[in-house]
Amino acid sequence: MSDTGVPEGLPDEPTDAPASPQRVIGTPSPAQARTLLGDGAGDGDRAQLAPRELPADPGNPQRAKRAERIVAGLFIFSLLASIGFIAAYVGLEVGSVDAVLRSNLALGLSMGLAFLSLAVGAVIWVRYIMPDVELTEQRHPLASDSADRKAFKQTFEEGADASQFTKRPLLRRTLIAATVPLAVAPIVLLRDMGPLPGTTLRHTVWRPGLRLLAYGSNRPITPAEFSSPGGMITVVPDGYQDNPDALAAATAIIIKFQPGVLVFGKPSQIQGGYVTPNWTVDNIVCYSKICTHVGCPAALYEQTTHHILCPCHQSTFDAPRGAQVLFGPAPRPLPQLPLTTDAQGFLVALKDFQEPVGPSFWERG
Amino acid sequence: MSFTWRRRPAAGYAVVLLALILVGAIYATITGSGESAAATTPTTSQAEIAKGQQLFRLTCATCHGLEAQGTAVAPSLIGVGSAAVDFQVSTGRMPATGPDAENGRKPARFNEAKTHAIAAYIASLAGGPAIPTPAEVSTSGADLALGQQLFISDCAQCHNFDGAGGALTYGKYAPSLTASTPTQMYEAMLTGPEAMPVFNNTTITPDEKRDIIGFVTETRSTPNPGGFSLGRVGPVTEGLVAFLGLLFFMVLAAIWITAKHRKTADE
Repeated sequence: MSDTGVPEGLPDEPTDAPASPQRVIGTPSPAQARTLLGDGAGDGDRAQLAPRELPADPGNPQRAKRAERIVAGLFIFSLLASIGFIAAYVGLEVGSVDAVLRSNLALGLSMGLAFLSLAVGAVIWVRYIMPDVELTEQRHPLASDSADRKAFKQTFEEGADASQFTKRPLLRRTLIAATVPLAVAPIVLLRDMGPLPGTTLRHTVWRPGLRLLAYGSNRPITPAEFSSPGGMITVVPDGYQDNPDALAAATAIIIKFQPGVLVFGKPSQIQGGYVTPNWTVDNIVCYSKICTHVGCPAALYEQTTHHILCPCHQSTFDAPRGAQVLFGPAPRPLPQLPLTTDAQGFLVALKDFQEPVGPSFWERG
Repeated sequence: MSFTWRRRPAAGYAVVLLALILVGAIYATITGSGESAAATTPTTSQAEIAKGQQLFRLTCATCHGLEAQGTAVAPSLIGVGSAAVDFQVSTGRMPATGPDAENGRKPARFNEAKTHAIAAYIASLAGGPAIPTPAEVSTSGADLALGQQLFISDCAQCHNFDGAGGALTYGKYAPSLTASTPTQMYEAMLTGPEAMPVFNNTTITPDEKRDIIGFVTETRSTPNPGGFSLGRVGPVTEGLVAFLGLLFFMVLAAIWITAKHRKTADE
């Protein structure tokens, strides 16, 4: 086990070297510059190696000479840029937005140039100073040799015997018993992903008689006020205008149409195609603002084509035909919110959306 | 004996890079232009209406019909109101240059007096939304917070969170609001030009319209802490710059790093 296979004496300095000063860190002294490790006495093993494949000199010394100057220049430039980075960090103030802008620009530029010139220098070094040869290295077998395997087996068995793992069943069994609940613990932690949504994904906070508020101004709306054909506005349920959890599902848009534009009928669950007749007030239709694809706010309403467009993936819905899908990845029409008016004449919900709003989910069916 | 990287391949890349920079510079100068026009209260008189009718018959009647009744290629203007005319003409959208998916903003053809004359003539036919007074579009004292909330809930889906505009279907687009005057924004909300929905004064009150205008004009003067605003259209341009610009550069770098020396490659 004592023999690790490392050739002895290779890293040692030759004892009979000329009396040049010890240069451990940095560049080797010119006397030893031919090889970085020196021609030591311990190089006995090296004689057995194959003849060197990499020529020590570049193919084109003249070109290498010029490249050397360029690379050195780039390295010096990188040095200056790094110093500039430090100077910019210390020197530039960050009191205002404009000052931060200048500071960030100086820091990013100096650090970027420092790294870039280092990298460009390194590439030029490799391409024009180092010799241009292709080396192939044969794969060695993945398995260790038999001596190593034997040694490992012996060590393992000795260790196992010394631990008395097999001899003392009490220790062995209590150890195993102790680790089992530890392994189960992460599975129990998955409970934090719950609780299960139940039926919450199927309902929004809309309920019969709940007023529609114009979002932002939070005023209820009468059909007489929302009277301009081509009008569209975002509406939220009264009382929930500051409740983001509720609005995430309940936000809707109302659109006012010219008479005769809406196509009434019984919509099919999947295709849509019609606006449910009793769910509109005075040619005002209400659709969910949550796209049925992945839930983006679909409210790019074009009053000329009556298309409702979702900005995320360009799903296009045909507003007069029950928001049926004309184009894009949305799988279903936008759900229609049944509308009516209350005693004061304000627009209210007749009831909640009949189908779940927003994107598909596993249990939706 | 000179460096191979000084020879033609590198020069080719440099030409492509220069061309890209040039295209970017030209684009920046083209999109940087904008014009503005202030509006004052129109004082309608019979003479102005007559002058407006004359101008209308000269430049608008070809498409909209002699009595503004509309034709196969252009809608009727009866009842659209002076606000719609002022918006379309003062932003240069009308007179249109040809049938297109959308009429874009361009330098106005008529000065303010002539624009108001045409608007007065159209308003004399059947009324409609009127050009707002300067007081109606003044943004002093506007509630910018409410304006922002209204803008985000009802405008930002098309015009972008910063008023930079965005694409719609079939070549239509929501224009950038960077060059729009308060009057033009007010008129656009009131009349719903092109594909834009109508936001009448009972749904979005005149005060709320002023709040929205105040917010839009305020965003123009907000600083860009990141340096380049990239049109303020968000991750689209940032991704595009990273993808087309940096990726292109990195591919070139990779080609240069791995390129073989000509001499040795030929053996």
